[in-house]
Amino acid sequence: MTEFTMDKGADGVAVITWDVPGRSMNVLSFEALEELDRLIDDALADDAVKGVVITSGKKDFAGGMDLKVLARMRDAAGDDPAQGLFDGIMRMHQALRKIERAGMDPKTLKGGKPIAAALPGTAVGIGLEIPLATHRIFAADNPKAKIGLPEIKVGIFPGAGGTTRLVRKLGAMAASPYLLEGKTVDPAKAKSAGIIDAVADNPLAAAKEWVLGAGDADIVKPWDAKGYKMPGGTPYHPSGFMTFVGASTMVNAQTHGAFPAAKALLSAVYEGALVPFDTALRIEARWFTHILMNPSSAAMIRSLFVNKEALEKGANRPEAPDQRVRKLGVLGAGMMGAGIALVSAQAGIEVVLIDRDQSAADKGKAYTESYLEKGQKRGKTTPETAAETLARITPTTDYAALQGCDLVIEAVFEDPKIKAEVTRAAEAHLPEDAIFATNTSTLPISDLAKASARPEQFIGIHFFSPVEKMLLVEIIKGRETGDRAVAKALDYVRQIRKTPIAVNDARFFYANRCIIPYINEGIRMVGEGVTPALIENAARQLGFPVGPLQLVDETSIDLGVKIAKATRAAMGESYPDDAVDEVLFWMADEGRLGRKANAGFYAYDESGKRTGLWEGLAAQYPPAEAQPELTEVQHRLMFAQVLEAVRALEEGVLEDIREGDVGAILGWGFAPWSGGPFGWLDMLGAARAAELCDALSATHGPRFDCPALLREMADKGESFYGRFGVEAEAA
Amino acid sequence: MTDAYIFDAVRTPRGKGRSDGGLHEVTAVRLSTTALDALKDRNGLEGHAVEDVIWGNVTQVGEQGACLARTAVLASGLDQSIPGVSINRFCASGLEAVNMAANQVRGGAGGGYIAGGVESMSRVPMGSDGGAIAADPSVAMDMYFVPQGIGADIIATEYGFTRDEADALAVESQRRAKAAWDDARFAKSIVPVRDVNGLTILDRDEHMRPETDMQSLGALKPSFKEQGEAMPGFDKVAMLKYPHLERVEHIHHAGNSSGIVDGAAAVLIGSKEWGEARGLTPRARIRATAKIGTDPTIMLTGPVPVTRKILRESGMEIGDIDLFEVNEAFAAVVMRFMQAFDVDPGRVNVNGGAIAMGHPLGATGAMILGTLLDEMERTDRETGLATLCIGSGMGAATILERV
Repeated sequence: MTEFTMDKGADGVAVITWDVPGRSMNVLSFEALEELDRLIDDALADDAVKGVVITSGKKDFAGGMDLKVLARMRDAAGDDPAQGLFDGIMRMHQALRKIERAGMDPKTLKGGKPIAAALPGTAVGIGLEIPLATHRIFAADNPKAKIGLPEIKVGIFPGAGGTTRLVRKLGAMAASPYLLEGKTVDPAKAKSAGIIDAVADNPLAAAKEWVLGAGDADIVKPWDAKGYKMPGGTPYHPSGFMTFVGASTMVNAQTHGAFPAAKALLSAVYEGALVPFDTALRIEARWFTHILMNPSSAAMIRSLFVNKEALEKGANRPEAPDQRVRKLGVLGAGMMGAGIALVSAQAGIEVVLIDRDQSAADKGKAYTESYLEKGQKRGKTTPETAAETLARITPTTDYAALQGCDLVIEAVFEDPKIKAEVTRAAEAHLPEDAIFATNTSTLPISDLAKASARPEQFIGIHFFSPVEKMLLVEIIKGRETGDRAVAKALDYVRQIRKTPIAVNDARFFYANRCIIPYINEGIRMVGEGVTPALIENAARQLGFPVGPLQLVDETSIDLGVKIAKATRAAMGESYPDDAVDEVLFWMADEGRLGRKANAGFYAYDESGKRTGLWEGLAAQYPPAEAQPELTEVQHRLMFAQVLEAVRALEEGVLEDIREGDVGAILGWGFAPWSGGPFGWLDMLGAARAAELCDALSATHGPRFDCPALLREMADKGESFYGRFGVEAEAA
Repeated sequence: MTDAYIFDAVRTPRGKGRSDGGLHEVTAVRLSTTALDALKDRNGLEGHAVEDVIWGNVTQVGEQGACLARTAVLASGLDQSIPGVSINRFCASGLEAVNMAANQVRGGAGGGYIAGGVESMSRVPMGSDGGAIAADPSVAMDMYFVPQGIGADIIATEYGFTRDEADALAVESQRRAKAAWDDARFAKSIVPVRDVNGLTILDRDEHMRPETDMQSLGALKPSFKEQGEAMPGFDKVAMLKYPHLERVEHIHHAGNSSGIVDGAAAVLIGSKEWGEARGLTPRARIRATAKIGTDPTIMLTGPVPVTRKILRESGMEIGDIDLFEVNEAFAAVVMRFMQAFDVDPGRVNVNGGAIAMGHPLGATGAMILGTLLDEMERTDRETGLATLCIGSGMGAATILERV
């Protein structure tokens, strides 16, 4: 397969065009890199070639490394994977360094051929690392194009010289938002930041012109020239020292020490800054190897990229014609309904927003209006787009307006009676083939479906709050839900650009089933006298965005009480959470209902800002003399969740572990470094996990009993991705 | 085993460690030779009188670089046959120099030593020697590095010391230092710093603020709040190591932390025989020495475990010690020491400490040992213990016994 082609022009400029067949975006494979390297050899050896321009045959330059290749790199690296990976990375460095040196004499720095990059659009990851190795980067004036090195977002860092080159180009401080946060910018901003050299209407023409005019001095990189000084100073330069002290601190503080890639990146930057360029590349390769060897990076790439994308593209979509939604009915214009209307209207869907009185419906629409106003102030949307979006929402009290809707989502009170009423009222006006969805977070779908005349067209579409921010949508299939309803829900979620998981109907579905025990374990520990700060910090150090106590403050204590009462009623004698309820109900009795009451496990000031853990808690539940180890607290918080995930899989609620992992990270911020609950258990190993379950269960009770499936896997030495992974199925 | 004795101890006054400080014009070499020459002149140290000069010095770059100890010996009146070695145990360098010298004597490696140290903090700024523990991510992140001031604030938070308590300790340090100066209690040890013509440059600790009261301290802003809570956010790093803390209470400020000053101190140490041969009278026996490593994040709790260790190893109890010098690096360090051993504050730093008079890093250990010895003699006490907290999580201690 040819991915790079070279056209040697009569003007002496050889244009190398990157165009991966059958893909809309170029991504790099190792084979393709070898192709590029051969073309560079050819151009450098050919006396008729004066210089080279590397460009793309697509509207964008490149989207980066093929992450599927990257995710498997460790396994593909042979018996000595560290050596195999290191050699592979050094080969990349060698190829890119050849472009950078371009045949010049390394002593006199003369005799090289100018090589420029012409970027028609987006250039990220290795799509920017290759240009960074050239002598000059030209980009089209395309505000939609993204320039940057977002590798950190999938748990790795720029490992093809991008780290070393960007730091030497911009300085450690200026490079840090691009390296540590994976910030991408448009070409104009990339130019002003100094990442690229020029923005041009026709970057290819501009690059050719530059190549023809470039002299020896123009193609020597600053770091290859004598007297190079790193902008902002190296680590032991007075001006650089505090940058490096601050960088370690900020990364530790912001990631709570939970992301190995950021630390490896910083080490590559620090150690690289103290040595010559080629040595720095070798150091970068050592740390990049280190991070690829860390199971966390493969797990993050697998869940946050490969599997997330697969789910978004309909990996589990049943066979059915295109079900994209044209007109959506939303019942209930409260916070959830208003949010659903907003994201749907933004996706170009006509929305009928119904509530019991007109003012409530109008208020729901006003939510979109104020959201769009904020967007305009921040320059995220134009007045035209805002007006079009707003015009798509029709607030009304009249169910007859649902005529022509192909999907309805109800988001009314969590009361089966009210839900049944609106279901019947809506179906009276809906076309025969319309799908009816409920946004319930707690009520069984199959029970609610009884109110429907067409239960095979009834489904759960569970949004998370706030709708416009949360990336996950949980689709719940009732007993009678048909394939077309599932396809409809999936196609709709794709339209609104969120990530779907589709699970079967059982108490609390999947996400809440795992979140509730997490919250409960935290509350339970408060009752036991574990220092609340230890509970919260233990969770944050695991990479959770919020601790269990902060989380229940956000979702509200009275909702917790309501769920607890309902669960107790449903479970009867076997209800296991009395110890949790003691604390929870006491909080509710004290009027500490959470953030909405400006009083919960945390204290809040008048403006609603959290000021710290509530001191009154210590009076009621004084910290015990002997406090548990951090890891004990962390194991309790982790196992409370992951065992529910395993049970959901055992019970068939979860049909695909990819959905369990992606859903956990996107739905409630489950330790992203782990790749999700199943990824974490695989890292731990089933045997060790079962052992920990036994210990926890002996100390803390049967809620930590090892599920039969996990026990079986421990005995057989299996892993979740080995046994349930998609590749395993294919093989 | 041979016993090691202290025969003499001198120190320079401490000048404010700023460009307008009294000793800013004086080089680190000259501060060193001031102390070395005083010992030589007071004790007649001619020829190869001592085996070595062990010289504590923290920031060993620039004029303090290239083995300042040897440079100082050569620049002093001491014989060139006496070598010199610079050592760095951060804030306890001066005491560590004494301990090393004592242990060389006890082990029979030479009869006499000069030990002490110097720091010109105004001329060679603290931290200007870099350091991997702060800047190298592989180290800093794994060690949960935070600066000392944050460590001191963690101590306050962990052990429940309030800002008012810390301020009260600072006021008392100032009061005691003034009383000590007014009573000329440092007279035996102080060696004025003079210029090349013999003119006096500084003859008194100039960092003291005897007018300090709770109100004036109350007006000071916490020094480490900004870097702890905002940029770059050291508190969160601290909580990675101390996850049971919800926040770090920032109680330390310029007024209840040690002063940044310039100064030098030197101690003459030897065996009884070495002293007798020179007609010198021992003032105290160095009964025990100790050092220890502790958690690097909270960093400054070392005095407690190192004191436990030195007492255990010398078969003593806390009640056997008459007087204590606990370096006032930060108020919380001293408070934690008194809390842990439940000792009477009236026996700790009785002539004030580094909060009032300053903490010239490499010299302080030798200075407080001399202050301890002077006070033991003045009040006729038998035993004394000097201890310091140390950067990167260490502690050092010495027990003196009068002879």
